[in-house]
Amino acid sequence: MAKQKLKRVDLIFSQDCSCRDILAAAFSKSKEEIIQMLIDSGLKGRGGAGFPTGLKWKMAAEENSNRKYVICNADEGEPGTFKDREILDRVALKVLGGMALCAYVIGAREGFIYLRHEYRFLIPKLEKMMETFHKWMDEFDLDFRVKLFMGSGAYVCGEETSLIESMEGKRGEPRNKPPYPTNNGYLGKPTVVNNVETLVYTMMIVRIGADEFKNMGIEGSSGSKLFSVSGDTPKAGIYEIEMGMTLEDFVKEFGDGDTKAVQVGGASGFCVPRKRFKETTIGYQGGLKGFSLPTGGSMMIFNSSRSMYNVLHNYLEFFEEESCGQCTPCRVGCQQLLKGIEAIKRGEKSHKYLNDLLRLAETMKLTAKCGLGQSVGNSFSSIVENFREEMIY
Amino acid sequence: MRKRESAVITAVEKYGKERKNLLPVLQEVKQVKNYLSRSDISEIAAEMGLSSAHVYGVASFYHFLDLKVRGQNIIWVCKTISCYMRGSNDIMLALEDALKIKVGETTSDGKFTLLQTNCIGWCHKGPAILINDQPYTDLTPEKVIQIVDEYYKK
Repeated sequence: MAKQKLKRVDLIFSQDCSCRDILAAAFSKSKEEIIQMLIDSGLKGRGGAGFPTGLKWKMAAEENSNRKYVICNADEGEPGTFKDREILDRVALKVLGGMALCAYVIGAREGFIYLRHEYRFLIPKLEKMMETFHKWMDEFDLDFRVKLFMGSGAYVCGEETSLIESMEGKRGEPRNKPPYPTNNGYLGKPTVVNNVETLVYTMMIVRIGADEFKNMGIEGSSGSKLFSVSGDTPKAGIYEIEMGMTLEDFVKEFGDGDTKAVQVGGASGFCVPRKRFKETTIGYQGGLKGFSLPTGGSMMIFNSSRSMYNVLHNYLEFFEEESCGQCTPCRVGCQQLLKGIEAIKRGEKSHKYLNDLLRLAETMKLTAKCGLGQSVGNSFSSIVENFREEMIY
Repeated sequence: MRKRESAVITAVEKYGKERKNLLPVLQEVKQVKNYLSRSDISEIAAEMGLSSAHVYGVASFYHFLDLKVRGQNIIWVCKTISCYMRGSNDIMLALEDALKIKVGETTSDGKFTLLQTNCIGWCHKGPAILINDQPYTDLTPEKVIQIVDEYYKK
């Protein structure tokens, strides 16, 4: 399996070039050239789902519509993720620059930053940056304006279709896909929704070129990514690292010497126990199965003093609260998984009941309407299967 | 005839009557009035040409659109595992002790409401809380009491 030594990178937060210069260089290229560049770079969405960014822009560019929208998804809510806050705090102009690139490529005149309520303290700073940015747009003669749209506290709104529903004045309940937002998005118009970090990378790819970006990482997971490291670590914080590292290298660098498990991708991600650190890589290839794990960058480290029952209980409480309630598998499933592990812990149910709960988690993966309900089973199954005794005693 | 005035009318005039402006309108009315009452909900519905059921459905969907009376300041303690591992429980106990209320309640002088919330994005600097819009991180029980004291004096 392809592997990559843990290599630190400094692209996202580097200040060695002006965003204005990057935009000037970009606007001298044709739209097709920029799309091709993104496709060649292999950039995939950094929010966690990993959809190829170049392809998304291409699909929106090919739509025939008088109105199109660019939305920056800053509804960062996955437990253990805090990179987007840091990006917006330190390099907001790169994010806005990425939105301008997208607007230029697909032909949008309006853009939004959907900012989670918890980041309201960033508003004054962002408004100042937007002022500078809008001056640049005038200088480049690009008819494009960005507005802030505030969320009001709903994890599920990080899912792009429920984010759009929310912006249309509705409950943030995910839509059926297809149609996809690139075809039928905000107000029924073609819309690109990109994560904060993804937008910054589009700018950096214009700056360093598709080849240099693709040279980083591994086949199928090129480039670098920000990781939010928390839990039992002496080095909690945000780190930009090339894709494809093994968890073994990661734990060597960030663990406290007593790491028992790493939760990759937050509550909706996978728990990897110590015995699998060596064979687990961080990247997109292989999809959700096997030992290659995609992630929005949340890396929670647990040492041997931690109860994995408590960890799972905390995640299930989170999902039970954040499920939008629209589809039955997720609404009822989250409640039953939580009740179920509590009953087993109290001794009211036999340990065999865990097998029923695992089957329920599997059913949720197959039948829930959106990514939230489908991914509850990721953490549930990976924690229960690897730490079964901790669930019972 | 004198023009009618209310927080709802001001907000609807500012953002517009189209349904897509419902969230900003709800946010603004909540900001001005501290919470969204049933009559605010009906008034917003009437002004925007929506059903009360729709407006209530939307308002009740989002954690930060309060439908109950809140204190002047709302303290949100992060309850996600990463903050818990760094001692958010002690922060909660210190706050309950200092404010003499339990989580979910409001102090009798109406100054503070104490609530919990999911991950607020400061896992590397936990335990973390929000007081209104302002995050406070790397907290200890002593530190959090000091911070709350500052708000008392305001």
